[in-house]
Amino acid sequence: MPELRSEALTRTPLSAVHESLGATMTDFAGWLMPLRYRSETAEHNAVRTAAGLFDLSHMGELRVTGDEAAAALDYALVSDISAIRPGRAKYTMIVAADGGVIDDLIVYRLDDQDFLVVANASNAVKVAAELTERASGSGLAAQVEDRTSEYALIAIQGPRAPEILAGLTDTDLTELRYYAGYPAVVAGRPVLLARTGYTGEDGFEIFTEPKDAAGLWSALTEAGQGAGLIPAGLAARDSLRLEAGMPLYGNELSRQLTPYDAGLGRVVKLEKASDFVGRAALADKASQPREHVLVGLAGLTRRVPRHGFGVLWNGAPAGMVTSGGHSPTLGRPIAMAYLNADAAKQATDALESGQADGDGRLAIDIRGSAEPAELIPLPFYRRQQRD
Amino acid sequence: MSVPEELHYTAEHEWVAISDSVARVGITDYAQRALGDVVYVSAPTPGSRVTAGDPCGEVESTKSVSDIYCPADGEVTEVNPEVDEDPGLVNSDPYGAGWLFKIRLDGDEQPPGLLSAAEYAALIQDEEQ
Repeated sequence: MPELRSEALTRTPLSAVHESLGATMTDFAGWLMPLRYRSETAEHNAVRTAAGLFDLSHMGELRVTGDEAAAALDYALVSDISAIRPGRAKYTMIVAADGGVIDDLIVYRLDDQDFLVVANASNAVKVAAELTERASGSGLAAQVEDRTSEYALIAIQGPRAPEILAGLTDTDLTELRYYAGYPAVVAGRPVLLARTGYTGEDGFEIFTEPKDAAGLWSALTEAGQGAGLIPAGLAARDSLRLEAGMPLYGNELSRQLTPYDAGLGRVVKLEKASDFVGRAALADKASQPREHVLVGLAGLTRRVPRHGFGVLWNGAPAGMVTSGGHSPTLGRPIAMAYLNADAAKQATDALESGQADGDGRLAIDIRGSAEPAELIPLPFYRRQQRD
Repeated sequence: MSVPEELHYTAEHEWVAISDSVARVGITDYAQRALGDVVYVSAPTPGSRVTAGDPCGEVESTKSVSDIYCPADGEVTEVNPEVDEDPGLVNSDPYGAGWLFKIRLDGDEQPPGLLSAAEYAALIQDEEQ
């Protein structure tokens, strides 16, 4: 196993807690993060049936403020940011002039002139630089600050998350709807409380000051003891989002792909009033037929498809696996993959006539062996909606 | 980290229990921890001949896959059907219910190159540093 030079990595306010819990630690984008505590399958299942507690302090947090902050973000990002009401959030992307995705983001509107942009750990520095350049380049009255080191982020995700959290806050959680986020007090500490997540379950993401992180983690752990809450690491985070059909930058999204390529054209608002970086390229791309389609696959044998494995249609290379793994919830291997448009069309037609495996034509090349697979409409898993 | 005294080991983190020229083989506690949750084991086929040092199967976990290396020359007699049903046995009981396959050894003598428990324990100590 490669050596972990942990002293070269950035610690989160909770790194010591994870170590004391016996977590296997890993390098993620230069941060020392918990990969798993005991069993990533147990952690995954806990999130699906009870709740899991995640340290996400490695994510990037950028504050964008000023009289024209909304307009600056309308220009810098692909979505209609001005349309977000204070107390709400939106999933969006920042693209380059050629339409290629630089990162996928969640933007929280804290106030009329105050936004929190949350970026992936691996892209935080790049996004901060791009946003800063675009804000100043636009001539609009907006300031961009990288405040990553001033935030800790803890997520509690799972069907029992609301009941566990309810005991620690006066905020009426029934009023806090999906993709809403606003200031609250949790376990006596001031936080930004958001109903967002990356697991496909109900849950919350709690932004707080680094000095409050350990106390908050402790309070949530204690409150969740009787409800089956356990800490969950990055391995579980990845298998959960894969089941939920959610993209991971670096796998389903990259600088070489536009939002349309990833089947996420819905985040692009070409019709918004303002011009934005990448508009012309995306307008062009929107009207073109897609060369590749992102699909869901499930293995018909038990070997596990992984990122980079080839997908075969009728024995010929037809695409590539972007993310793959064992699905604890489905009990079989699953993968997301890009298929060339022709193969995707044939496979979808076959699925619609009752032949999900393409009548034997669909396979994944797993270490030299063509393992039969079938097409599964994304997402692989959808939670039961309670309201 | 469990390293039962009475077993023999390989540098590739398999354990071997020999009795009456039959070797029972599995992967060690150290290996199962490193792999994470095992989701599938591809064991060698019963009846096939195997050679010491050759890869003869795979252990697939949620995050990675590792080759199983054959610890001795002989013929595979049996594969553990329970591990096929429940691959998690390799994690929960790597030296017991999580055994992988059995080989009828070619000779009567102990296969060469196997490590004692003390030697294996020293090996994994070095790897952890």
